[in-house]
Amino acid sequence: MDAISGIPVERTLKPYLIGIVLALILTAIPFGIVAFGAMERQTALIVIAVFAVIQILVHLHFFLHIDFRSTPRENLIALAFACVLIFIMVGGSLWIMFDLYHRMMV
Amino acid sequence: MTAAADTMIVTPQDAQKYEEKEFGFWLYLMSDAIIFACLFATYLVMVGNAAGGPTGKELFSLERAAAETALLLFSSTTFGVAAVALSQGDRSKVLLWLAITFALGAGFIFLEFGEFAGMIAEGAGPDRSGFLSAFFTLVGTHGLHVSVGLLWILVMIGQVLFKGLTAPVASRVMRLGLFWHFLDIIWVVIFSVVYLPGLL
Amino acid sequence: MDFFGRLTIDSLPFYSAIAASGAGVTVLGALSVAGVITYFGAWRLVLFDWVSSIDHKKIGIMYVMVALVMLMRGFIDAAMMRSQQAIAYNNEGYLPPDHFDQIFSSHGTIMIFFMAMPFLSGLINLIMPQQIGSRDVAFPFMNSISLWLTTAGAGLVLISLVIGKFSTAGWTGYPPYSGSQFTPGVGVDYWLWAVLISGIGSTMSGINFLVTIVKCRAPGMTMFRLPLFTWTVFVTSILMIFAFPALTVACGALMLDRTLGFHFFTNEAGGNMMNYINLFWLWGHPEVYILILPAFGVFSEVVAVFSQKRLFGYISLVLATMAIGILSFTVWLHHFFTMGSSARVNSFFGTMTTIIAVPTGVKVFDWLLTMYRGRIIFKPPMLYTLGFLVTFVIGGLSGVLLALPPIDYLMHNTTFLIAHFHNMIIPGVLFGYLAGYMFWFPKAFGFKLNEWWGAASFWCWIIGFYLAFMPLYVLGLLGMPRRMEHYEIAAWQPHLIVAAIGAFIIFLGIVCLGVQLVVSIRDRNQALDLTGDPWNGRSLEWATSSPAAPYNFAVVPQVQSIDAWWDMKARGVAYQRPAEYEDIAIPKNTFIGAVIGGAGFVFGFAMVWYIWWLAILSLAVIFVAIVIRASDDDTDYVMPASEVKKIEDARFAQLAKAPKNEMADDPGFAGEPMPEPST
Repeated sequence: MDAISGIPVERTLKPYLIGIVLALILTAIPFGIVAFGAMERQTALIVIAVFAVIQILVHLHFFLHIDFRSTPRENLIALAFACVLIFIMVGGSLWIMFDLYHRMMV
Repeated sequence: MTAAADTMIVTPQDAQKYEEKEFGFWLYLMSDAIIFACLFATYLVMVGNAAGGPTGKELFSLERAAAETALLLFSSTTFGVAAVALSQGDRSKVLLWLAITFALGAGFIFLEFGEFAGMIAEGAGPDRSGFLSAFFTLVGTHGLHVSVGLLWILVMIGQVLFKGLTAPVASRVMRLGLFWHFLDIIWVVIFSVVYLPGLL
Repeated sequence: MDFFGRLTIDSLPFYSAIAASGAGVTVLGALSVAGVITYFGAWRLVLFDWVSSIDHKKIGIMYVMVALVMLMRGFIDAAMMRSQQAIAYNNEGYLPPDHFDQIFSSHGTIMIFFMAMPFLSGLINLIMPQQIGSRDVAFPFMNSISLWLTTAGAGLVLISLVIGKFSTAGWTGYPPYSGSQFTPGVGVDYWLWAVLISGIGSTMSGINFLVTIVKCRAPGMTMFRLPLFTWTVFVTSILMIFAFPALTVACGALMLDRTLGFHFFTNEAGGNMMNYINLFWLWGHPEVYILILPAFGVFSEVVAVFSQKRLFGYISLVLATMAIGILSFTVWLHHFFTMGSSARVNSFFGTMTTIIAVPTGVKVFDWLLTMYRGRIIFKPPMLYTLGFLVTFVIGGLSGVLLALPPIDYLMHNTTFLIAHFHNMIIPGVLFGYLAGYMFWFPKAFGFKLNEWWGAASFWCWIIGFYLAFMPLYVLGLLGMPRRMEHYEIAAWQPHLIVAAIGAFIIFLGIVCLGVQLVVSIRDRNQALDLTGDPWNGRSLEWATSSPAAPYNFAVVPQVQSIDAWWDMKARGVAYQRPAEYEDIAIPKNTFIGAVIGGAGFVFGFAMVWYIWWLAILSLAVIFVAIVIRASDDDTDYVMPASEVKKIEDARFAQLAKAPKNEMADDPGFAGEPMPEPST
């Protein structure tokens, strides 16, 4: 029985405690940047984005217990496929809509 | 293992069934991720369409966003405590930590409801501009999911109370956990795409 | 507070003769169904054996029934359009514009959402679990919710004929026209809720089918031993799960605009209607591949069985299917080349569109090479397959033309486009599902369909198709736009008259389908499928009895090869009687799925008419139904081994009376499956 099969295994609090500490840090820094206006907008946006991605990985691993050992392969493939599609759909939509904006509204 | 954990012993066929349910629920979460992705894309396309009305800078509150974030983040952790208690077969601990998770989630919804009501009261409702329509729909859809999650927590509290920690109940609690953690991930993206850039 | 929302006595269709007759036919149809059931005393049967069933085979049959009923409704729309356009040169014809607009809108909506989707869901439900050696889909109860939500959507479209009107915004519902400023009233709302509610059902079906294929295969049935139909279902399910969310967002946002005054797509206050088109087609393009891939799967099965030869190029067919699946998410802008994107954007999507034609071409060659050196049997499913191979390629070629933005600028929204997509959907999707319907009918009901009438239906459909749609290519080149209620160019009329004749011949084809069904039921005892394998088939669905037992397989098969059933026959292990049987767990019937569907229908109706108390009440019913089911831990009943034995003994008794091979008397029969020669 593995951790994500829907059947409870003996679990410890450790991953949740590590997870929340990391998540708090990864949240506090972007909030702090905005609160104290510490950087230029462009840089701040990049930092916020990077920290968001890292925090998502933290959530996936420490709260959802996703790893390459115990998570069923089909779950990982579904997640990877969703990421690819999100990239195509969001990226494609933004490309199209901003291209249209530049052609028509500016 | 406590005595209560005996009720969670599963036959191989039942284990197969729970694996199928978990995988199916995971696929549902992936489809939900696409819904949110489309809502995020729409938001980014429309974030500049304030139509002369209020913008994020004027409307958002960093403190409230921080409070909402903290509530949701801690509720993910408290759910994890409930999951550990579930694996130990500790019924009263499961009930306690599900209730705490509910309280934190309810606090999140209370704050968000206040935020929305305040904005609507000052004429910055979703019918004011495209930007606000996109904002209310994106954040509101997340809030709707959290609200459904709260109802689901109540149902699970009821099932744990009346049926105990049986295998089917445990399987449902674990799926609720997937749902709850997923919503916290979406919230991370929300504050990173909506609130923080809006306030920069 | 208005108890009835915006519903008034004026919502009834007495303002026009045509509307009133449409309503009359709908009401009459519903009453006739109820009357027939009452006449045969079959209410208990219908309710307790079918409506409450969560057996995938019965759900599949009910889906196909919905599809065939809606095929007739959607065809009537087509016939009205063709006849209107044939006469409406320099005159108003018999259909006023508002009516004509509702008709073309409902035609597309019905054919895509309530004919093609239920048809494919039905065939998949009936056959895929049997092809993989499973006893049911992974989530039988959710399967029932999907069926009844789809039916709820169809119900909303049908009731719009009786109470209120339907949308005039086309099956695509583009804003700002479809927004509340330009089209207030209930039509677009009916469309939105029908699409949203049935879309939830489709997403659930995608999840159900995918989990079934990944997790419920029989031992030895590896992914690369799956029959091609199941492979296409696998990719189709992925498309369903990942594409429908975009439709939910597009239509959900439009619904918010209309109902709550949001500004997603309005002209003013910062709306961006181009985003609707982007979101809609993000769904819309994968959707057409959702429609066609299972049909390709049917053709793969039919061509192998009726060429009496192993399918050629299995791996290339699988890879082509996967390629189509992933590429289908990269081409969606080709539906709006003319919206004004820059050359860079247009040419990227034009290039991707040209590329996506390649894997389908690979499939066509694989099917042709399967036929090459085969011994072809020209039964109706094979006729439909041959008709498809010739005709679909023409549509594909017109698609490659349209993939080039400069050409699309001339052809977009002309009847050339109409001809192109009907040239894909009719020979591709419809012929595929009609072939599947005739191929798998014996598996569902235990007797074969009449072949003469089946062949007649094919010839009417294909001749009718060419007559109805080839003129539309010409008309598009002559400059005729789509959706025209009347016109002033004389040169167009002869083509439209030919097209109307084609529509009439298609009507004859539909009549042939109806006659085929009636005649086959009348003559069923002369056409019984006694072995379960009427066509000397290759895949596992032919190992079960016809119709299959509730549990499909008394003993789960052990698979050793591609074409698992053919392999079992060749090795001499087909129809083996086991020493003993086991108890089998079977899901109990339940009405909760139908209750959720019914409440979904009421919810949609209430939202259309702004009857808020009813909307909240129906949501509450849905919530309570879900909680009740989610608290039920005793959803299966155990069929004891003795009862399994009784069913199986009856089957083996029937097998003893049956010919060894039901195809042996066919003049084209190529021979029994033989063991592979050892090399």
